[in-house]
Amino acid sequence: MKLNRNTILTIITLIVIVLLLFLGETFLNPYYKRILNLCAIYAMFAVTFNLIFGYTGQFSLGHAGFAAIGAYTAALLTLSPDQKAVNFFLKPIVPLLEKVEAPFIIALIAGGLLTTVISLLIAWPALRLRGDYLAIATLGFSEIIRVLLVNMQSLTNGALGLKGIPGYTNLFWSWGCLAVCIFVVKRLVDSSYGRAMSAVRDDEVAAEALGVNLFMHKMMAFGVSSFFVGVAGGLMANLISTIDPKVFLFTLTYQIVGVTVMGGMGSLTGSVISACLYTVFLEALRPLESQFTIGSITIPGIPGMRMVIFSILLLLVILFYRKGLMGRNEFSWDGLFRFFRRITKKDEKATEGKKS
Amino acid sequence: MTFNSFLQNLANGISLGSLYALIAIGYTMVYGILRLINFAHGDLVMLGSYFAFYGVSMFFLPWWAAFFFAVALTAGVGVVMEKVAYRPLRDFPRINLFTAAVAVSFLLENLAIVIFGGRPNAFSRPPFMDKMLNIGSVTFVSYTPIIIAVSLVLFIGLILIINHTKAGTAMRALSKDIETTGLMGVNTNKIIMFAFMLGSSLAAVGGILWAIKFPQINPLMGVMPGLKAFVAAVLGGIGNVGGAMIGGLLLGIVEIMLVAFFPSLSGYRDAFSYAILILLLLFRPTGIMGEVQPEKV
Repeated sequence: MKLNRNTILTIITLIVIVLLLFLGETFLNPYYKRILNLCAIYAMFAVTFNLIFGYTGQFSLGHAGFAAIGAYTAALLTLSPDQKAVNFFLKPIVPLLEKVEAPFIIALIAGGLLTTVISLLIAWPALRLRGDYLAIATLGFSEIIRVLLVNMQSLTNGALGLKGIPGYTNLFWSWGCLAVCIFVVKRLVDSSYGRAMSAVRDDEVAAEALGVNLFMHKMMAFGVSSFFVGVAGGLMANLISTIDPKVFLFTLTYQIVGVTVMGGMGSLTGSVISACLYTVFLEALRPLESQFTIGSITIPGIPGMRMVIFSILLLLVILFYRKGLMGRNEFSWDGLFRFFRRITKKDEKATEGKKS
Repeated sequence: MTFNSFLQNLANGISLGSLYALIAIGYTMVYGILRLINFAHGDLVMLGSYFAFYGVSMFFLPWWAAFFFAVALTAGVGVVMEKVAYRPLRDFPRINLFTAAVAVSFLLENLAIVIFGGRPNAFSRPPFMDKMLNIGSVTFVSYTPIIIAVSLVLFIGLILIINHTKAGTAMRALSKDIETTGLMGVNTNKIIMFAFMLGSSLAAVGGILWAIKFPQINPLMGVMPGLKAFVAAVLGGIGNVGGAMIGGLLLGIVEIMLVAFFPSLSGYRDAFSYAILILLLLFRPTGIMGEVQPEKV
């Protein structure tokens, strides 16, 4: 491999990131760690939604349901038998799962695989639909999954949810999974399959006429995307350690769509940036909802205020930055240098202008 | 099941179905014209019932005045929503419009939590809606026939508006082709506003009637009826007003009957309506009354 400037910069950045993660994992307090973990999980959701919609053009609103499958699988596999006995007091758990306890990595992969299988079973009939109808059908499937979770008492503990899930998720797991996810998705969209997916997005009829197998490419995008949605769901379950079906309401899907659109459809960089901004921003606004004091005046917290501000911001971004933060651009070193050169040139021109 | 309880369930199903239908009409009108799934529509239902609630409990209006103001205010919110969030995005990719709808929906829900408080409120029915009615040997609470009657009147009124007025004709033209209709001298912005006004007021009526039927209101109460009504709109063929009515009634009756005949399945009630929806989409993607649109290359 030839070492040029960009490769060296990439390697240095990666090392710095790993170091930062290491420092963060050892020195940060749990609250900040949790936020950083959530950033990575939301980024995975946004990247996968981008693969399905931004690159392949299939408007799928099933993310919440798919994440639920991953989360429940990982949770059931990592819960210790004792905790399971505590959780399932209404109705005993199915005997098959009673004694199982798997390592985290196996739980995550199992969650991802199960999500892929189920999502492909759903996609197989649903992908015959196009546009809004696909959105409606996948939204319906996502809600069906949630209703099943509520009703399958002996498998999922119903509406009570699962508590005491071990918090295996740490910065290495979450950002590591995100890195793998981005790597796979990026390689996929840059491959000939990815080109075919973009063709499907831009014009299905034309793509089909050129010999692109519509169904296969859509299924591929769906499968890869839902695998990582499942993994992200598993990470989330082992981060928040209590899950119940209400976590996976379709509003979660809406949030993911909002985050992805804010970042830019068809830009993975945008998805990651926007997911981080979203998570950090929502946490930063948390004080608004709790009581705070200015001087001698005590202002009671206003519940709901953070989401009001978030939705206004989302609206503003959509109205004024119609392509999202990054449009379809990706981060690249060349782009960064070009950006800096442009800024410095502008400065020079400005100073020259003042001189003359 | 006795014949009487069947009739009771049927009446119950029709009244639930008319509520779905009232809400579904707003979805379908907006979709027909803008091709936008207006996910904020369910929250207008919530606003309608809250406005009525505050009209009665805070401003001590008589119930009819409170209901009237609630409908008018909700229609206003609908119009503002269109003007601020949807109109600037009309010529942009549809995902932007959809996300705008999601943002508006979040905004309305959370504004409601901020302003009205997150705790549920008890909606008090006007006194004459609480009476027991005996028709033959079947007993109804009086709000059931009232809901059905009000919805029926509104359906007929709406069909008359759409088919026999200038604005209605313009609306139908818009749903075929916005641009050409504009070239024919129709003020498209005005007509779209009118459609939003109609849809929002029907949603408000639906919300008030919903609160009469299920008298507990909270800021997220619009989400479920909104989603169900949306399913109803798709069942009937989205973009088709008659279809929305049929889809709504069908969904309401099927839901109630399912629970009545198979009480053990009541937990799966919501899943069942989505399953119907998906099955229908797979075999007839345009819904019961929808037109098949030829694909343009």
